[in-house]
Amino acid sequence: MELLAFGDTGWGDELFRATLMTIAVSITAMIIGFSFAAIFTPLKISKFKSFNLIANAYTTVIRGVPELLVIYLFFFGGSGAIMFLASMFGYNEYIEINAFITGSFAIGIISGAYSTEVFRGAIQSIDKGQFEAAKVLGLSKFVQFYKIILPQMLRLAIPNLSNVWQITLKDTSLISVTGLVEIMRQSYIAAGSTRDPLFFYSFAAVLYLLLTFLSMKLINKLEVKYSRGY
Amino acid sequence: MINSFPKLLNAAIITLKLLSVSLIVGLMIGLFFAILRLNKNIFVHKFAYTYSYLFRGTPLLVQIFIIYFGLGQIEYLRSTFLWVILKEPYWCAIIAFALNTGAYTSEILRSAFQTIKPGIIEAGQSLGLSSKIIFYKIQIPIAIRQSLPAYGNEIILMMKGTSLASTVTIMDLTGVAKYIISTTFKPIEVFIVAGGIYLFMTFIIHNVIKFLEKKYSFNS
Repeated sequence: MELLAFGDTGWGDELFRATLMTIAVSITAMIIGFSFAAIFTPLKISKFKSFNLIANAYTTVIRGVPELLVIYLFFFGGSGAIMFLASMFGYNEYIEINAFITGSFAIGIISGAYSTEVFRGAIQSIDKGQFEAAKVLGLSKFVQFYKIILPQMLRLAIPNLSNVWQITLKDTSLISVTGLVEIMRQSYIAAGSTRDPLFFYSFAAVLYLLLTFLSMKLINKLEVKYSRGY
Repeated sequence: MINSFPKLLNAAIITLKLLSVSLIVGLMIGLFFAILRLNKNIFVHKFAYTYSYLFRGTPLLVQIFIIYFGLGQIEYLRSTFLWVILKEPYWCAIIAFALNTGAYTSEILRSAFQTIKPGIIEAGQSLGLSSKIIFYKIQIPIAIRQSLPAYGNEIILMMKGTSLASTVTIMDLTGVAKYIISTTFKPIEVFIVAGGIYLFMTFIIHNVIKFLEKKYSFNS
């Protein structure tokens, strides 16, 4: 227990901050993932074959390639790509992107591929009559989607999105290879300096279990809220 | 890009070795725990549930690190024959992968066993078959057929999971890719080649599972 003391003597406060970092990265990645899903889901269900092709390429590649490889691509390739873009605008200084942004983006793109599949499935399982009814009511396209399709889609998507959240949360542990101090990285540092890896890695496992357990509780509440009336 | 291809291809063989050994061991672990899950004894049942909850609720990376870095710390283990296995990163990775995929497999098999209609088992009983034969000749084949699609996904997830072996010094496909990237600073080219090899493997696995599904479907 001494090892977990807060302050200079223990690793409690460091691990606490690392846990907050894990949560922050997971949420950021999830939001980035949703933005990707917002772009690729319409492409996926579009009538145009070439749009389908683009969206399918995205989800197939991301779901077929290891997360770690994607993270290495962003870690080693990220600042190069940004510098290349910047040089086109005449800026030639060295740019370093911080590990938080690279990591969230890498995990976000992965999480986005899973979210896209979930949203596609949810939209496709909404009854066709709902789309027709919305049209017949003479509502604008925006209101049709926002007031009729979206609420129903969310209800269907939440159980599967909770799986995506769990995957995203666990994937953040891989960002530790880029040096971002989240739970895994902090445990690695603590294990190295105290020579007690068994304790710190087990404690990291407990922290992850706690996070998955608590988020499940929270999501279950959301599920109840969105399935009112069913 | 072309120079790195043979190296990456060699590394892909290590990835496949890791994958196949952990899948075989994991399948046995999964079957064992799925049977425990169906046991009526509450302690046996809870034990199996806790196992699958622990391994599904924590990242694979943590599990590898606990086994590779953590277990070596226990003095007692160092003096037993287990140390011969546990000092090798290769076997540590396989133990972690097998336990991890075992947890997911046990869930897949459990739900497959539970969806078997009671009528089928009753039909077996009324034929006068012993419960052992009903289990081996009726329940297991149906459960395998039921769980094929989900297990196919698990194989692909596990193939991606083997990339974590590179964190404990094993030079698998991802490990070699990272090494080449960090020495040549050509992340995009290497990513395309290594990612292409991974995608090719995913494609093969996907099609083999599809073929098996068709072969063992109830209608044919």
